[in-house]
Amino acid sequence: IFLCVSPQQEGLDDGPDFLSEEDRGLRAVNVDLQTDATLQVDISDALSERDKVKFTVHTKSTLPNFKQNEFSVVRQHEEFIWLHDSFVENEEYAGYIIPPAPPRPDFDASREKLQKLGEGEGSMTKEEFTKMKQELEAEYLAIFKKTVAMHEVFLCRVAAHPVLRKDLNFHVFLEYNQDLSVRGKNKKEKLEDFFKNVVKSADGVLVAGVKDVDDFFEHEKTFLLEYHNRVKDSSAKSDRMIRSHKSAADDINRIASTLYTLGTQDSTDLCKFFLKVSELFEKTRKIEARVAADEDLKLADLLKYYLRESQAAKDLLYRRGRALVDYENANKALDKARAKNKDVLQAETTQQVCCQKFEKISESAKQELIDFKTRRVAAFRKNLVELAELELKHAKGNLQLLQSCLGVLKGDT
Amino acid sequence: MAASSERSPPPFPDSEEPELLEDSDEGADAFTGTSISEMDSPSPDSTKPPKDIFNEPLEDIFSDPLSNINSEPQKKVDTKIPSPSSDEAVDLFSDPLDDDSEVVSSPEVQNPMPDLLNEPVQAPKSDVLGEPPVHKNAARQQDIFEDPPKGSSKSSSVKKAASAELFSDEDEEDLFKELPKVVTKKPQPSGPPVDVFTEVKSDVKVKPQVKDDPTDLFAEEALTAPAPKPSASSSSSRTNGVHSEEHDLFSEATVELSLDSPRNDRKKKDAVKPSVSAPVAPVASSSSKAPSKTLEELEEEESEDTFDLNISVTNPEKVGDGMNAYMAYKVSTQTSLTMFRSKTFTVRRRFSDFLGLYEKLSEKHLQNGYIVPPPPEKSILGMTKVKVGKEDPSSAEFVERRRAALERYLQRVVSHPSLLQDPDVREFLEKEELPRAVSTQALSGAGFLKMLNKATDAVSKMTIKMNEQDVWFDEKIQDVENEEQHMRKLHVMVESLVNHRKELSGNTAVFAKSVAMLGSSEDNTALSRALSQLAEVEDRIEQLHQEQAANDFFTFSELLADYIRLLGAVKGCFDQRMKAWQRWQDAENMLQKKREVEAKLLWANKPDKLQQAKDEIAEWEAKVTQYEREFERISATVRKEVIRFDKEKARDFKRQIIKYLESLLNSQQQLIKYWEAFLPEAKAIA
Repeated sequence: IFLCVSPQQEGLDDGPDFLSEEDRGLRAVNVDLQTDATLQVDISDALSERDKVKFTVHTKSTLPNFKQNEFSVVRQHEEFIWLHDSFVENEEYAGYIIPPAPPRPDFDASREKLQKLGEGEGSMTKEEFTKMKQELEAEYLAIFKKTVAMHEVFLCRVAAHPVLRKDLNFHVFLEYNQDLSVRGKNKKEKLEDFFKNVVKSADGVLVAGVKDVDDFFEHEKTFLLEYHNRVKDSSAKSDRMIRSHKSAADDINRIASTLYTLGTQDSTDLCKFFLKVSELFEKTRKIEARVAADEDLKLADLLKYYLRESQAAKDLLYRRGRALVDYENANKALDKARAKNKDVLQAETTQQVCCQKFEKISESAKQELIDFKTRRVAAFRKNLVELAELELKHAKGNLQLLQSCLGVLKGDT
Repeated sequence: MAASSERSPPPFPDSEEPELLEDSDEGADAFTGTSISEMDSPSPDSTKPPKDIFNEPLEDIFSDPLSNINSEPQKKVDTKIPSPSSDEAVDLFSDPLDDDSEVVSSPEVQNPMPDLLNEPVQAPKSDVLGEPPVHKNAARQQDIFEDPPKGSSKSSSVKKAASAELFSDEDEEDLFKELPKVVTKKPQPSGPPVDVFTEVKSDVKVKPQVKDDPTDLFAEEALTAPAPKPSASSSSSRTNGVHSEEHDLFSEATVELSLDSPRNDRKKKDAVKPSVSAPVAPVASSSSKAPSKTLEELEEEESEDTFDLNISVTNPEKVGDGMNAYMAYKVSTQTSLTMFRSKTFTVRRRFSDFLGLYEKLSEKHLQNGYIVPPPPEKSILGMTKVKVGKEDPSSAEFVERRRAALERYLQRVVSHPSLLQDPDVREFLEKEELPRAVSTQALSGAGFLKMLNKATDAVSKMTIKMNEQDVWFDEKIQDVENEEQHMRKLHVMVESLVNHRKELSGNTAVFAKSVAMLGSSEDNTALSRALSQLAEVEDRIEQLHQEQAANDFFTFSELLADYIRLLGAVKGCFDQRMKAWQRWQDAENMLQKKREVEAKLLWANKPDKLQQAKDEIAEWEAKVTQYEREFERISATVRKEVIRFDKEKARDFKRQIIKYLESLLNSQQQLIKYWEAFLPEAKAIA
């Protein structure tokens, strides 16, 4: 299957008409973009091939370190991950909330369904088959678009960040018009990552247990711990809610087509009645599916994004906490050294390095956390307002359909 | 050969009866007149009073003496009571009457006459029993030819056993003798009948089964059917006659067994049919067909307009404990129809009573081609839950679902102009204490038989190849088949919608809670507030989904479930018609064979047997005419019924779907309200 999507161009959806306007909202929403003409990044196109997706990253910039003002490169998911990891591993950025990496494109479920459909082709009528196929393609397209949007959000966040936007790797990522020959991590590295994470989370518990002298950070720490868990929960629950909403919409769809077959059996009054109701359901199920899709975009994706963003913020707090612990240990070591009058100079240097590191992190972290909150509130506001507006729009659409259909039906009977 | 001829005469009484009834306008009409009004015209006031007078006294008279005399189970009494009013009585009386009067008066009927006369003569020998005849009808000709002696000896032996007990040596002649008396009296004012019946009763006393009422008379005939069967297969039917108690059950059983093969079945029907079909016959025969139709249509419309009968089933209540517990429902009726004793009345009925009503109605009316609305199915699982007494929502839902289904069921029954007239229906609605009908246990036994029966029915359906002459039926049968299939599909989907909507409701509730928690941990005040508002909105939406799921179910899904059942009933009517056709065709074949026999005899120059062959031909000619007429009659009825059904279906669907769409509309209006209230909260986030 080849699917080509450019989120920028509105007209390209042949299948699903949901998503078209709404999907653009996402990236502007989650990232509180300071619209800055000096560096603008977007994904202008994307191509889905078997198990990989190729994103066309389009950059417009007036910054002097780029050779041109406008250019595009093709990037894959792994390269995004590489960029993200390079930020995380860079000590310089320890004091910043590293924009969360985009989730891996996952078309497996959708592909599987498509395959099943192919197998079951014989057992259904042509109309049913076409309808099912359209549905699945729509679903596939929706996932695809979301994937693209998530990757774009990541780039936009980086481009909007006062420090990260200047990162060399980022520039290479944007400009170098060949394969970055990034490879996925091999098993050994993955295992190492796993152990690193185990150590980190164990350490995280340790570090979190240390009482912070700074009330701001102490507060942020408790807040983020709880917030992260809750947003995780809400995200999972919203997914389930939306999934059952989609199933209900699918049912209505099938009811519509069965009513249609019933209605075409004969030409009686009742059959005409069935046809009208079928027509109605055909329309309302589209709206119902859009309600589910919009809830997915405005609610579930928002929550999912903040699940990852709050994790990134937690990571920042961990790094600061770690630095604090290091600093305190260095202080103790210095005291000890002074008492013994041994290696005092070295201990002093270490203590100073730790102190500087801690202070540097604290300084930027405070601002980062304040920004995080501002961004979050703005994003929630925007998304919730849009959600409510879309819900209203759809409910009104449904209402109107029902009213006019009832008018016709009652007039007839 | 001799044996077979001997056996042949007896069938006459059974099979001829209806014929005579139809043919002879004089005697029959007096009765058919009343029967018509009873059955078909809901309104005519003039005919009613007499009817009532007839029925009511009869009932009482019947039931009391009966129970005394026979000490039969109450059950039986019930089934009997209905019969007099439902014209079966008429038959009972008209038979003998016809016999008598015809001998004298109607020349047309001469054919039968000789037979009738012969019968007694011949009967004496084999006649102890009079049953062999039936046997013969049913048995294929081959049998008759192949092993007459065997058959006769067998059947007679069986019969003897049975008859000894049943009739205690009286034979049919006596029965008939008595009956004529009754008949002659009958035409007279309504007063006398009382005497007549008591008389009859006393006479009949000795033979419990035959006696009291028409149904039983027929049942007896039905019983005779078993006799032939022993030779065929079933041994169970033998016990039949022996225990009068089991009688009902068995008569039912025999009906079902006989369905195995269309032929047996046919025979069966011979026995049963006259009784019930008689009422319809007059309609068809008395007024020419075309006019009668328009009349019926008029009637129908009238009845729609004047239909004033509100039935509600309410207050489901658990009675008893443990596995013996059951649900009782309050059945309230409100009506201005004069056929009821008062304008409003209430009775308590349990589920098995509803099933019992259906059994009674279908037994009487299905074979005439009436669409008898089926009640909701038994649900062992659902009921067990209720019995166990867990106060969980699913059992409450089950009870409500059943209550609603029973209400719709009753409404459908009474909205059928013919069924409304059935005394069983009236009794069900009015009578304070309903005898523990056709006990549930018996029913489940019957259910098993029914299943068996359905399987064999399917087989027989395959073997019957009816080349449909009637285009209307040809199309309609196909349409109904398709329609049922699509409805089933639709039903599955709507059920799935119900489930998904419930799931959605549950998931929305969970999400609402989660968002509330998220809101409480959010440290931006406005955002926190907005999130808890969102949680509230989601909570309300959860309610909305839940209500909508209930509407999906009760308004839409149950409608489909009802109609899937009803379409099954419609198919049942088509099957009855097909069976009537089959019976007719078989008779034609038989007649053909008899003619061949005659030709052979002529050729072989055996004048001694010629007369008998001629008699047989006459007999079968009469049967062919009769069966053909019956087939035409049932065709007309089924057609009328299906047209009526379609009308009702269209009305039901339109009404229910509009109601359903209105519920959807209401949901959307609520949704709009909720989100409109939320929007300013979202905008207030800062």
